[in-house]
Amino acid sequence: MSSASSKPASLFDASLLKPALLDSLKKLHPKDVARNPVMFVVWAGSLLTTVLVVKDLIAPRPDGAPLWFTVSVMLWLWFTVLFANFAEAVAEGRGKAQASSLRKMRKDTLARRLVDGREERVPAPSLRKGDLVVCEVGDLIPGDGEVVEGIASVDESAITGESAPVIRESGGDRSAVTGGTKVLSDRIVVRISVNPGESFLDRMIGLVEGAARQKTPNEIALHILLVGLTIVFLLACVTLVPMALYSGVPLSGTAVVALLVCLIPTTIGGLLSAIGIAGMDRLLRKNVLAMSGRAVEAAGDVDTLLLDKTGTITLGNRMATELLPLPGVRREELAEASQLASLADETPEGRSIVTLVKDTYKMRPRELQAHQATFVPFTAQTRMSGCDLNDPQPRSIRKGAVDAIVKHVQSQGGPVPPELAQAAGRIGDAGGTPLAVSDGSRVLGIVHLKDVVKGGIKERFDRFRAMGIRTVMITGDNPRTAAAIAKEAGVDDFLAEATPEAKLALIRTEQGKGKLVAMTGDGTNDAPALAQADVGVAMNTGTQAAKEAGNMVDLDSNPTKLLEVVEVGKQLLMTRGTLTTFSIANDVAKYFAILPALFMGVFPQIAPLNVMRLSSPLSAILSAVIFNALIIIALIPLALRGVKYRPLGAAALLRRSLLLYGVGGVIVPFVGIKVIDVLLTAVGMV
Amino acid sequence: MTLIGWLQILLFFALVLALTKPLGGYLFRVFEGEHQPLPRVLGPVERVLLRLCGADARQEQTWTQYTVAMLAFSLLSMLGTYAIQRLQHVLPLNPQGLPAVGPELAFNTAASFTANTNWQSYAGESTMSYLSQMMGLAWHNFVSAAVGAGVALALARGFTRRPGPAGQKTLGNFWVDLIRATLYVLLPICFVYALFLVSQGVLQNFAPYRELLTMEGVKQTLAMGPVASQEAIKMLGTNGGGFFNANSAHPFENPTPLTNLAEMLSIFALPAALTYTYGKMAGDTRQGWALFAAMSILFFAGVAAAYAAESQANPALVASGAAQDGNLEGKELRFGVCGSALFATVTTDASCGAVNAMHDSFTALGGLVPLVNMQLGEVIFGGVGAGLYGILIMVVLAVFIAGLMVGRTPEYLGKKIEAKEMKLAMLYVLIFPLVILGLSAVAAVIPQGLSSLNNAGPHGLSEILYAFTSGTANNGSAFAGLNANTPFWNISLGLAMLAGRFLMMVPALAIAGSMVGKKVVAAGPGTFPTNGTLFTGLLVSVVLIVGALTFFPALSLGPIVEHFLGAAGKAF
Repeated sequence: MSSASSKPASLFDASLLKPALLDSLKKLHPKDVARNPVMFVVWAGSLLTTVLVVKDLIAPRPDGAPLWFTVSVMLWLWFTVLFANFAEAVAEGRGKAQASSLRKMRKDTLARRLVDGREERVPAPSLRKGDLVVCEVGDLIPGDGEVVEGIASVDESAITGESAPVIRESGGDRSAVTGGTKVLSDRIVVRISVNPGESFLDRMIGLVEGAARQKTPNEIALHILLVGLTIVFLLACVTLVPMALYSGVPLSGTAVVALLVCLIPTTIGGLLSAIGIAGMDRLLRKNVLAMSGRAVEAAGDVDTLLLDKTGTITLGNRMATELLPLPGVRREELAEASQLASLADETPEGRSIVTLVKDTYKMRPRELQAHQATFVPFTAQTRMSGCDLNDPQPRSIRKGAVDAIVKHVQSQGGPVPPELAQAAGRIGDAGGTPLAVSDGSRVLGIVHLKDVVKGGIKERFDRFRAMGIRTVMITGDNPRTAAAIAKEAGVDDFLAEATPEAKLALIRTEQGKGKLVAMTGDGTNDAPALAQADVGVAMNTGTQAAKEAGNMVDLDSNPTKLLEVVEVGKQLLMTRGTLTTFSIANDVAKYFAILPALFMGVFPQIAPLNVMRLSSPLSAILSAVIFNALIIIALIPLALRGVKYRPLGAAALLRRSLLLYGVGGVIVPFVGIKVIDVLLTAVGMV
Repeated sequence: MTLIGWLQILLFFALVLALTKPLGGYLFRVFEGEHQPLPRVLGPVERVLLRLCGADARQEQTWTQYTVAMLAFSLLSMLGTYAIQRLQHVLPLNPQGLPAVGPELAFNTAASFTANTNWQSYAGESTMSYLSQMMGLAWHNFVSAAVGAGVALALARGFTRRPGPAGQKTLGNFWVDLIRATLYVLLPICFVYALFLVSQGVLQNFAPYRELLTMEGVKQTLAMGPVASQEAIKMLGTNGGGFFNANSAHPFENPTPLTNLAEMLSIFALPAALTYTYGKMAGDTRQGWALFAAMSILFFAGVAAAYAAESQANPALVASGAAQDGNLEGKELRFGVCGSALFATVTTDASCGAVNAMHDSFTALGGLVPLVNMQLGEVIFGGVGAGLYGILIMVVLAVFIAGLMVGRTPEYLGKKIEAKEMKLAMLYVLIFPLVILGLSAVAAVIPQGLSSLNNAGPHGLSEILYAFTSGTANNGSAFAGLNANTPFWNISLGLAMLAGRFLMMVPALAIAGSMVGKKVVAAGPGTFPTNGTLFTGLLVSVVLIVGALTFFPALSLGPIVEHFLGAAGKAF
């Protein structure tokens, strides 16, 4: 996995080309071709010309088109089908290469299943949802699941590429384990959460291989458009035969088939499935597992992005930068209390306070045991932590959110000086987090914790804004702090003092306004919001509940990954749209190549319509057919890579695309067909 | 081309532009407003008519109910018209004692007028009694336009209605739309309009035909009749079926340049106004103006091409030394080249089909313009209602392509365009070439089709193509040069007209039904605007591409080949 993402896979990897060539031949089977109506018409046309060639061979007609012409058209029609097949095969091949690296993780190990408290050894693929398995040091975890008992360090590098082991334990937000990862220490009991073939890995393998790939809604709609256009051109070409008969123009079957194949949207029709498969593949390369193509497509439509502040917008840790004693409190007193309250606090914030005190006030950390101290951990209810000392006299030191400390102090009858709120306010306005420190019923002062906004994040949000996506920061901070950070980071809006319910409510309000919402989350309490969001990206480090609620899992657990997901989703649609436009625009030139060629024999006066001045009618038709086939090959790289997404407004983007692929699509074939015609004439073929 | 000619064209367009907003606003008040105009006079009439139809103004219909009502009404009134024609010899108001109309012709005519086509395989003055004209045909001139407006309004409601929490399934009531369109819009305007026409010299009487002695001493029958009342609705309802065979070229139908201007204006008036009404319904009049702009661009392209082509003298005549000031064959001198080219463009843009010159006598390229106008799907203002729902289907296609190109699920007015709408839109798009090209191909090879042709070669093919295009597009103008009053042509054209009308209305209504309940997505910078110039340009391209790609092969064997042959001195 990690190797796949780090390797800049070349578009046409030599090792993938050979099987792809073979596959494109295999895909000539009518059952395969019939899945794509546009290419099926080409396939049927190729078959028809083959029959005509055979007929000409058996019973040559003196007035018919020369054999070399019919044979050339036949060959190039078959090439058209093969090229389209090749495009799909290459995309699938790249997917398969990814999939096999995914499969390697899913070694068929023996799992230790617990049945009524007894262990039995069963093959991993036979595990069902709800089975309990035991994993000990050195065991591969046999399937996706949740730790229900114990704690262990797990090596997840097979999936995430991150070599440092992670802790997985029952309960809480770190209970999810992924199949194929390795237990490095201790013993855990895992409840398997998916049936065989349904795990994220299995689904992803199916998606990138194209086998289980269901057409996404927009793809279906586009397919209808393409089929409709194909029927229109079928009508135009079929009815041309009797009208030509009326006009006394002899039309050969080969020429009509050539016209038809050139007109129907073969370029997009041939590349459509390759585009879809390549899109999934691109996402996988970014280490994101999507549950469905539909989810990826929805990502392209997102209007509002909900982002957790911590870890996404700011570096995970807030740093203590300053101590603000209240009037009448010595700075050293506050420093000492802050230090005591933080000594046992292993959070980054706690450690940063200890470091600040040590560096600024030269106070060495004291041994808590020496004071017979007991550590009071942070809980969501008290929103404070600290320690209780018994030596030399009982002291109760606390640090925590300002309102929590105020409540704590007031409950003991202590006064709350007005300067506290003022100082807290100043810090909040500056985007910091004020942490009040109390000793017994006395408030000592405030520690200024500062959020450090990630470098480059503002530019990323500017990109989002340019795309028309609104970013909303979600934070547990108070509104003032939140506003300051929101301003610094450049988000459009924020939700302060967020609870899981508030998040869910926010998503519902946005959706009520008709917006598509994406969010990232990891905790179990994020699960409802992830499920409610249109695009929910769960972090791989998150809980099983979160992963199941979302429709994508980010293996790197990097919340800004949403940006890339959105871009891949948009790219997918844009690639389809631009190639459709290009394909249809091409028809103008093809008409001007083929129609005069068809009628010039009887009506030489229409020569001015031959605007490309093609050397002869046969060369004109052949050049158009060859161009039509070659353009598929020429556009395979674009289909696999996707068109470049630029974060512009919709109108600017549309103008650009129309100019490039619409106007360009009209001009390119005029040049291309002329060049092929010149080459054909030069080699003396026509 | 002359400066005066272009000033005429610009004056005409300026008047259309000036009419669009006030008339569109009036239509909005009639159909969507709380209070209809003249509640004391027209209110009771409306209520009585509604009761007669068994309808309740407050009871809205789903798309299927709307469709069934529309189809049932159209079928019944078509049967009625058929019966009147078949029985006209025993019915009153037949001073000339005209015999019953034959079955194929009566079918063709009934289908034609029901479908707002007004293709005429007959000459009015020698075939239809006054009763047939007024009860059978003029009736349809009113109600078929009203039906078209109704379908357009239903589709507009589908796009523009904002579903509340309880959802939205209904699209209005067919009977209400039908009655309001007739009662508040068509009847009052036609009343005033007919009086104006009479003032200009258009006939309005029930007198028997007059025998006159001409200056050459030859006896001539001068046809009479209630012309002005027919003429008004013929234009306003984009019907186009003339009282006389010569249609608006006849001095009793269109006597002066002023009536010529008024007639053209009344063709475009309602279709143009409906774009403004649509904008009002969307809550953003620019949405309507964007459609109006797209239509206008196509209109100017057509009129410029037709005017330029008709200003060229016939190459054959130039060669023989009889140089002309433009191509005047088949044109009325009181209208001239400009008045005729403009009228031909307007009448084929708007699926009216009235003519003031013989399109058959246009130059090859001049004749190509009316043909292409119709083949673009009658969306350049189009028929009353038909133009709006036609261009809205094109909007669906344009929005779809554009949506993909900006990387978003396509949406229009905040509603997503999905597979179902695409399916219906493509169905709508497909019916058109299927009928036109399919029937033309058949007619081009079977003797029943060929025997009606007056001209051989490419011009003959143009005549066939023109007939089926005109029928399917519900235009009704004729290229002439084709004897359409044969069983084959009457039946095939009758079916083409019905298919071009109702097989296209049903998918349009189905789209309305599928859109009306859709959740509205808020617009943002990521959604591309459908009310600006970029979208107008895209819409024009889609209309041109869809039409041109479909019909280019057939056209190249008809008018295009004819043009090059003509330039080389070969005529047909």
